[in-house]
Amino acid sequence: MNKPRLVLSASPHLLGADSTPRIMMTVLLSLLPVVAAAIYTFGPSAFLILCASTLGALLPEKLVGKQGSLKDGSALITGVLLGLTLPPGMPLWMAFLGGFFGIAFGKLIFGGLGQNAFNPALLGRAFLQAAFPVAITTWPKTGGPWMALRGDNFALPLMSPQVVDGTTGATPLGLFKFEHVPTSTSSLFFGSTSGSVGETCAWIILLCGLLLAWKNYLNWRIPISIFATTFLFTGVLWLIDANHYPSPWFMLFSGGMMLGAVYMATDMVTSPTTNLGCWIFGAGIGLLVVIIRIWGGLPEGMMYSILFMNAFVPFLNRATRPKVFGAPSRAELRAAKRAQKQEDQT
Amino acid sequence: MFGKDFFKHGVHPPEFKELTAQEPTRRIPFPKEIILPLAQHIGAPAVPLVKVGDRVERGDKIADAGGFVSVPIHASASGVVTKIARAPHPNGSWSEAIHLEVDTWSAQEPRPRIISNWQENLSPKEIIDAIQQGGLVGMGGAAFPTHVKLSPPPEQKLDLILLNGCECEPYLTTDHRSMVEFPDRVHLGTRILMKCLGVQKAIVGIERNKPDAIEIMRATVPSDLDIEILPLEVKYPQGAEKMLIKAVTNREVPTGGLPMHIGVVVQNVASVATIAEIFETGLPLIERILTVTGRGVRQPRNLIVPIGTPLEDILQACGGFAEDAAEVIMGGPMMGIAQGNLRTPILKGTSGVVVLTTEDVKPKDVYPCIRCGHCLDACPVFLDPQILGSLGLHQDYETMMEHHLSTCMLCGCCSYVCPSRIPLSHIFGVAKASLRSQGVRV
Repeated sequence: MNKPRLVLSASPHLLGADSTPRIMMTVLLSLLPVVAAAIYTFGPSAFLILCASTLGALLPEKLVGKQGSLKDGSALITGVLLGLTLPPGMPLWMAFLGGFFGIAFGKLIFGGLGQNAFNPALLGRAFLQAAFPVAITTWPKTGGPWMALRGDNFALPLMSPQVVDGTTGATPLGLFKFEHVPTSTSSLFFGSTSGSVGETCAWIILLCGLLLAWKNYLNWRIPISIFATTFLFTGVLWLIDANHYPSPWFMLFSGGMMLGAVYMATDMVTSPTTNLGCWIFGAGIGLLVVIIRIWGGLPEGMMYSILFMNAFVPFLNRATRPKVFGAPSRAELRAAKRAQKQEDQT
Repeated sequence: MFGKDFFKHGVHPPEFKELTAQEPTRRIPFPKEIILPLAQHIGAPAVPLVKVGDRVERGDKIADAGGFVSVPIHASASGVVTKIARAPHPNGSWSEAIHLEVDTWSAQEPRPRIISNWQENLSPKEIIDAIQQGGLVGMGGAAFPTHVKLSPPPEQKLDLILLNGCECEPYLTTDHRSMVEFPDRVHLGTRILMKCLGVQKAIVGIERNKPDAIEIMRATVPSDLDIEILPLEVKYPQGAEKMLIKAVTNREVPTGGLPMHIGVVVQNVASVATIAEIFETGLPLIERILTVTGRGVRQPRNLIVPIGTPLEDILQACGGFAEDAAEVIMGGPMMGIAQGNLRTPILKGTSGVVVLTTEDVKPKDVYPCIRCGHCLDACPVFLDPQILGSLGLHQDYETMMEHHLSTCMLCGCCSYVCPSRIPLSHIFGVAKASLRSQGVRV
């Protein structure tokens, strides 16, 4: 009998087909339709912004990330996601800087993939919001030729963009907050409004999210919980005073709600690992978004809500850990404690 | 009281049972040498009764039980004791074993030794003694002495005997063939157990991927016994004792407790068939059904092999290694142990030999944990493998105990689903071994 060189490995000797690069690649592929919709809506500006933010994200990963860490594709996702949250008319150097900051200070400084507490793309955006508050709230007007740039994309580094009068518009949320002009749900749903590069077309994002949920690459409880909380909370307010408060449908489909709920909040690294934790995490985001949008100073609150809830993830993980098989349940433990107390007293 | 047929979590690995599911069991020629380790079961090792040079007959007791939680060992072939020395053990160590040189001229005709006939008037004590004298252990893998399971303290009320025919490990078809080929033996064994424990109700849990076994077992249930054949969801680890009890009765074995504490005794169907064999033929446990399978072996088969046959002879009987064979596993692919020495013998608790190919064992890249939480959704005992894994890598074993490491049964579900291919269950196994060496009970 021939004797092969025998391999010795630890059990289990069968492994599932999923792998981390495969998850990342699938998420990236699922973003393609969103990117396509963005380019369709905002023309070459969208494409340029996405390229700039992605390059910005890849650079630090290449320079200081662990060897081969570019291969796992997570920096690529961060770059694309960041680009999708920026206004299309933003100067490219700012988008690049945002990507750079997001990966360098949002991820690598914590120790790379899997170690970061906050969503790196959103951290990059928060940095831009703090550094360039005007540029990140300058939105293009809708309509106009497709090939035209939607702003001063090519402003030189460290230079503020030139804003030409009459070329800027407002996002539906801004319109509502500052001028009290509502936008129809259907134009929000199909993406004919002004806004960030990738957030205006709700139905494509929803569809891509469904695909990821079906593959189990995102925990569906998070977006559902966000949507439900936002809808219910706004719904109650709207029923109280429909003139003053926006309709729940408007809340759901405007701004970064879809992109944030489907792609940002569900980032595996920065969302809870327990299912109950995911429900609470989503509910927290939903509540905060409504509070910020309605009573806060900013028209949009998705980014800060998610970042804020990110901070609670370790706590949620610990608080919602399920009962271990065979261990006494919490009620049983309480009963035992009570019995013990009674015994002590007598 | 019954009726649920699932436990939560778990995984669905590919089954690969088609390789041997329809292969009838066949005997193999006796090997030249039989190696019988004294520690084949959980508990105290057996104590040798023979010395070098002794001639033994097939079925002779050659080592006696080393205590209550221990069983005797019997010669599985006629021959001469050549040495009592260390031999490779399937768990990867070397341990004391009785080596027999098998008589090539012998007809290997065994003499009935224990009880020649099943009689309804046997007392529970006589039954339990016969089972211990027969050297019986659980044959599904854990090798826990059967008579200990059948000796609950008198105040312990039992209301159910649960027969484990799940065989949830991929590839293996040992229990499947036992049920298809020897259903009457399984039922007789159940009758003996019911009589011995005074329990009126028995349930045989079988995964739905064995419809022929379910049908045959149903058709052969004796009319005077309350034995229910219960088809169960196909899911790993359905055959883990605690999971099976949960699925069938919705009762949870408490941490650190035994099934008997919640009124249930669980026995693997192959073990039960062997109990019947003791009372039918009077023969102790000297041979067992064994699945030899995987794409790394030329002719995957179900064999009846003498206990103590070295791997080499078993693979020889199945056509030898295929071209691209790479890894030999004793047990199933999820929990089995890779073997490096082909002189390692088959033990009473060895349920299968799986030979994997180069393709099957291709090394996979390991990535950092991305906290996807898939391991939490897979863990059948609701642990947090993600936390346990990172604690394990930092060798913080004490904190792992606080996170219920002792509840982990090393089923491998977490490693199976991990997209970053972190060897979680291996890390937990190392932690447990390290804690045990410090005297901690895990």
